Amino acid sequence: MRTRFQQQMEDLREKLLRMGGLAELAVDRACQAYTERDLTRCQLVLENESLINAAEREIDELAFDILATQQPAAVDLRFILAVTKINADLERVGDQAVNIAERIMDLIELPAVDLPVDIPRMATAVSAMVRRALESFVEGKAELAQAVLEMDHVVDRMRDEAFIVLVRKMNEQPQVTQQALDALLVARNLERVADHATNISEDVIFWVLGADVRHHAQAASVAPRPERREQ
Amino acid sequence: MGVGIAVEQLNAFYGKTQALFDINITVLANHATALIGPSGCGKSTFIRCLNRMHETVPEARVEGKVSIGDLSVYNGTSATELRRRVGMVFQKPNPFPTMSIYDNVAAGLRLNGFRNRKKLDEIVQRSLHSAALWDEVKDHLHKKSGASLSGGQQQRLCIARALAVQPEVLLMDEPCSALDPISTGKIEELIFQLKEQYTIVIVTHNMQQAARVAEFTGFFLLGKMIEFDKTEKIFTNPSDKRTEDYVTGRFG
Repeated sequence: MRTRFQQQMEDLREKLLRMGGLAELAVDRACQAYTERDLTRCQLVLENESLINAAEREIDELAFDILATQQPAAVDLRFILAVTKINADLERVGDQAVNIAERIMDLIELPAVDLPVDIPRMATAVSAMVRRALESFVEGKAELAQAVLEMDHVVDRMRDEAFIVLVRKMNEQPQVTQQALDALLVARNLERVADHATNISEDVIFWVLGADVRHHAQAASVAPRPERREQ
Repeated sequence: MGVGIAVEQLNAFYGKTQALFDINITVLANHATALIGPSGCGKSTFIRCLNRMHETVPEARVEGKVSIGDLSVYNGTSATELRRRVGMVFQKPNPFPTMSIYDNVAAGLRLNGFRNRKKLDEIVQRSLHSAALWDEVKDHLHKKSGASLSGGQQQRLCIARALAVQPEVLLMDEPCSALDPISTGKIEELIFQLKEQYTIVIVTHNMQQAARVAEFTGFFLLGKMIEFDKTEKIFTNPSDKRTEDYVTGRFG
C-alpha cells in the first residue's frame, strides 16, 4: 500500500471539495442577490473570487506534484486528470458568478421593472446541477453524474425562452432595454454555469467508468464497474 | 523477422507444486509484449517455458502447447534449434568474462560451427550496431573483455550476443533491473527499435517500463494470467479489479 500517495490523493480530493464549496456558494449568493437586489451579496461574490483562484492554483500544483513523483495509473490517473479538469470548470463557475453579480449591481442602480422571465427558477435548476455534479464527485457515482447531464437541456431551453421573451420586451418597451439586457446576460451566465456542471459530471463519469461521454458520446453503460472477472 | 507466439493451456510445475495454471496467450509478431505481476506470480517461469529453460530445473515439467512461428516447442523440436530462434537476455548481464567483446558476440555462432571470418566480422558489427553498442566499443573489440564494460554496456553486449544468431524472438527477463536510469533508457530505446525485426517478450517489475516499451501487457497473479490487453488499456482502465489494484500500487 502506498500510504503517502494515498494521503496525497485524499488531500487533492479534499482541496477540490473545498473549491467546489466556494464555487457553489458563489453561484448561490449571486442567485439570491438577483432575487433580493442585494448589493452586499454581490460584493461577497466578487471578494470570494480571489479565494477560488488561489484554490485553483493550489489544486493544480498538488496534481502536478503527484503526476511528477508518483506515476499514477488506471483509476488514480483518471482521478487526477478529472480533478484538474473539474478544477478549471469550478474556477470558470466562479467567474460566471462574478459576471452575474456585476450584472445585478448594474440592475440595482436602474429602476426596478417587471421582466417576463423567471430567473430564480433557472437559478434553482442551475444550482441543483452544480450541487449534484459535486455530489457525484464526492460519492464517485456515475449514475448521479449522468442525471446532471440530462438536466442540461432543460436549462438550455430556459435560456432560449429567456432570449425570446426579453428581446420581445426590448422591442416593445425600449425604455427597459438595459434591464432586459442585464437579465438576458444573467440567463446566459447561468446557462454557462450549467455547462460547467455538465463538464464536471462528464469528468466524474470518466474517472469512475473510464468512459469518455463528452460531446454527447454515450458511455457503454453508466453502471457500477464490473467486479472481478475470473479467467 | 519476428514470428508470433501462441500458448495454449500451458501449465508448469516444480515437482508437485504448480507454478502456472492454464495460460492462454497470443503474442503478435514484431511487437513488444510486457509481463507484469508481483514476485512469485509466475511471469519468469512463463517466459522460461517459451525457450524450454524451465525444464532445466530438476523435477520441473510443462504441460500444454507452445508454438513459436511454425515451430512446436514441446513437440520434437530440439532445445538447441529452439534457442537459436529464441534469444534470451537475463536480469544480470552475463558476458563471458574471459572473452573479448568480439568473441562474446561471436560465441553463439562459433558454437553452431560458423567459421567464415569475414562473415563473422560482418555479423558481429551488425549485432553490435543493433544493440546500440558499436560506437562505444568499435576500437576495443579484441582488446577489452566483456567484463570490462559498464553494467549497461554489458547488458547491451548480451543483447548483441543474442542477436548474432539471428533469432526471431527475444525474451528479456527484467533486463534493466541492475542498471542505472541512463542505461535503462538506452535499453528501452533499443527495445523500441528491435521490435521492428524481432518479437519481444519482456518481464519487468517496473510498470512504467512496461508502459513505455510494450504494445501489449499481461498481468500475472498466483500463476494465472489475470488480464492481457493493449498496454494503454491495462494502465488507464483495466477490466479486472486485481489488475487495477496492482497497477495502482494497492498491493504487490
